[in-house]
Amino acid sequence: MSALNIKKGSTSHSAYDLRDSHSEVEESHTLAVIVENEPGVLARVIGLFSGRGYNIDSLTVAEVDHTGHRSRITIVTRGTPAVVDQIEAQLSRMVPVYEVHDLTAEGPCVQRELALIKVSGRGEPRIEALRLAEIFRASVVDSTLDSFVFEMTGTPAKIDAFAELMRPLGLKEIARTGVAAMSRGA
Amino acid sequence: MTRQMTGARMVVQALKDQGVDVVFGYPGGAVLPIYDEIFQQNDIRHILVRHEQGAVHMAEGYARSTGKVGVALVTSGPGATNAVTGLTDALMDSIPIVVLTGQVPTFMIGTDGFQEADTVGITRPCTKMNWLVKDTAKLSETIHQAFHVAKAGRPGPVLVDIPKDVQFANAEYTRPEKARTDHYAPRVKGDIDRITRLVELMETAERPILYTGGGVINSGRGASQLLRELADATDFPVTSTLMGLGAYPASGKNWLGMLGMHGLYEANLAMHGCDLMINIGARFDDRITGRVKDFSPRSKKAHIDIDPSSINKVIHVDIPILGDVGHVLEDLLKIWKARGRKVNREALSKWWAQIGEWKKVNCLAYAPSDKTIKPQYALQRLEALTRGRNRYITTEVGQHQMWAAQYLGFDEPNRWMTSGGLGTMGYGLPASIGVQVAHPDALVINVAGEASWLMNMQEMGTAMQFRAPVKQFILNNERLGMVRQWQELLHGERYSSSWSESLPDFVKLAEAFGCKGIQCTDPKDLDEAIQEMLAYDGPVIFDCRVEKHENCFPMIPSGKPHNEMLLSADAEAFKSGAVLV
Ligand SMILES: Cc1ncc(C[n+]2csc(CCOP(=O)(O)OP(=O)(O)O)c2C)c(N)n1
Ligand SMILES: [Mg+2]
Repeated sequence: MSALNIKKGSTSHSAYDLRDSHSEVEESHTLAVIVENEPGVLARVIGLFSGRGYNIDSLTVAEVDHTGHRSRITIVTRGTPAVVDQIEAQLSRMVPVYEVHDLTAEGPCVQRELALIKVSGRGEPRIEALRLAEIFRASVVDSTLDSFVFEMTGTPAKIDAFAELMRPLGLKEIARTGVAAMSRGA
Repeated sequence: MTRQMTGARMVVQALKDQGVDVVFGYPGGAVLPIYDEIFQQNDIRHILVRHEQGAVHMAEGYARSTGKVGVALVTSGPGATNAVTGLTDALMDSIPIVVLTGQVPTFMIGTDGFQEADTVGITRPCTKMNWLVKDTAKLSETIHQAFHVAKAGRPGPVLVDIPKDVQFANAEYTRPEKARTDHYAPRVKGDIDRITRLVELMETAERPILYTGGGVINSGRGASQLLRELADATDFPVTSTLMGLGAYPASGKNWLGMLGMHGLYEANLAMHGCDLMINIGARFDDRITGRVKDFSPRSKKAHIDIDPSSINKVIHVDIPILGDVGHVLEDLLKIWKARGRKVNREALSKWWAQIGEWKKVNCLAYAPSDKTIKPQYALQRLEALTRGRNRYITTEVGQHQMWAAQYLGFDEPNRWMTSGGLGTMGYGLPASIGVQVAHPDALVINVAGEASWLMNMQEMGTAMQFRAPVKQFILNNERLGMVRQWQELLHGERYSSSWSESLPDFVKLAEAFGCKGIQCTDPKDLDEAIQEMLAYDGPVIFDCRVEKHENCFPMIPSGKPHNEMLLSADAEAFKSGAVLV
């Protein structure tokens, strides 16, 4: 939980390191935002993105420090370097925001998402689905004679790939949690 | 020594403990317990407004003219929604205010109860922070936090929504010292390495300029003093945004006048041609930059700002300095002096010579008239007859606002209150009342356009009731002048709905309110009429009939660079002599 002890966002973050902010190329960035867990804070964060026209590709939130009432929001966003810097600065100046980390800029990070995937069918497609699930390390959490619910965790790309393979095999439904992410190393 | 009290009493106690002496408000069902407490005490004065928008603008006027936090109190539902424009105005202009709203009882929230509105939802994007307090035990601490957040860092409006049952219930009062506020502590000291880098650039700069904004005023009196010291010691020219007027005195020798869309020729060309731009508490607003890609193309730029999101938002800067203007200027001056107070004197004198050439253009020249009152003339006379007095100016929004910024001079901060970021017509009258309440003995003038003024004219009742002798100086051109100007210049002279029909007789209107009305139509009578306004001990509505088709110049049409400024025909005549860098 050491990340929670870093001094608050707007006081310590560097919104303007000297990498090329003029680039027009859009990049995907994963942000970890530590906020006060009180009503309205998530709405405030989401409102920032909609109000200022920023992208949200994925957003997850849960309380991670029950005694300190802090939640961690993981946001995957897209934008030019200048826009991503601006998003970080806008987040960090919010009153109930304690820390903002651009995990993509800070170094390598692990990203995981959990998905539940329902596939229905009989015969050969059903066997094929099971075989592929094994390869993808998806586990069966529910089965009937003509359906499976697979659970898998992985990067969003891996889940995309698995879902794509399931499509011709009877993909019925998919539920995804969105990305949780963390920097690698100590 | 615990103190139990009702939520309603807590509100009043917390306001007292925060040093509040006046609240602008309007009662209703959901705030009756608080009004009952206000009734039973004498420390806090309540100014009953006529519309909740007025209450918020009054709180803004109070805050801007004192540097303290302004407070407004309104009821749930329509009271809260009426406050939205004022909140947005305060957010855009970084004005510290606390708005308290009543709410339906907690058990009714979500049932579409009578006068229920999702106030925190509606006001979330137009407050720096807001809170719905569902537990009386948290109420006093939340109010203390609200005051802290409103003032700390980049100031702004905050809102506390208080359900009626929370006002009735009892709990223990938390004193301000006990309230947890340390979780919001924006950094005020700037990075010393970056400040030093800026000093290095200042030492060699050939064409420097100080581009100052409302942040200097928000940073407090000390910041304005430091700015003056910096400008005088370095001999760098100073320009300011609409928001920053008065931080550096208009009578100061380094003053170039306001910059921006209707800024002065010399100020805008100096911005365009400088080689070192030092942005002090301004935010590269689009009314300042014009076309971003052509903005001051040859300069190194430094930006001092307390808000990290202001830095590199619009214009990429070379030296970003995150911190409070006052703190950073103090360090800047210290370092500059310690390194030997160096500037490039030779280049500076050439730069001033160039600026002198631009000044000769006399960009504020206009065709005088002895038949009709030119609005510029009216303001020049107002200036001549009031400068040097203990004077505060508010404005509405439109041409008159820009002319006021051009023709009135401000030698002190906190003397000029205008809606800059949001451009809210209807701001000036209530703001002038807020200012007058804070400074009962001062001369407070609202320079108004007739159309804007009508938007909140009901507040004349407030001025009368509370003996606020505000002077409403209306430049009546019977036009939505600024709209008309754009239509003339940019929409083929098609004047779609831009004139004021069916205007009231302002003198009779004044009589109806019980105050004094003055009308002036002839330039020869103007001085005497203004004197009459100044001499009257009470509110005045001054209907100054001005030229209807005057345009406000200089003007940089939106999306144009600074050096493609339009000048009035009169100023244009001089232009041929000027050299562009
Ligand atoms: C609430 C609001 N509505 C509309 C506008 C757009 N607007 C800007 S200036 C202006 C005309 C103002 O007319 P007036 O107050 O008479 O001032 P003038 O320009 O004639 O001096 C209008 C309609 C605005 N700024 N605010
Ligand atoms: Mg008008």
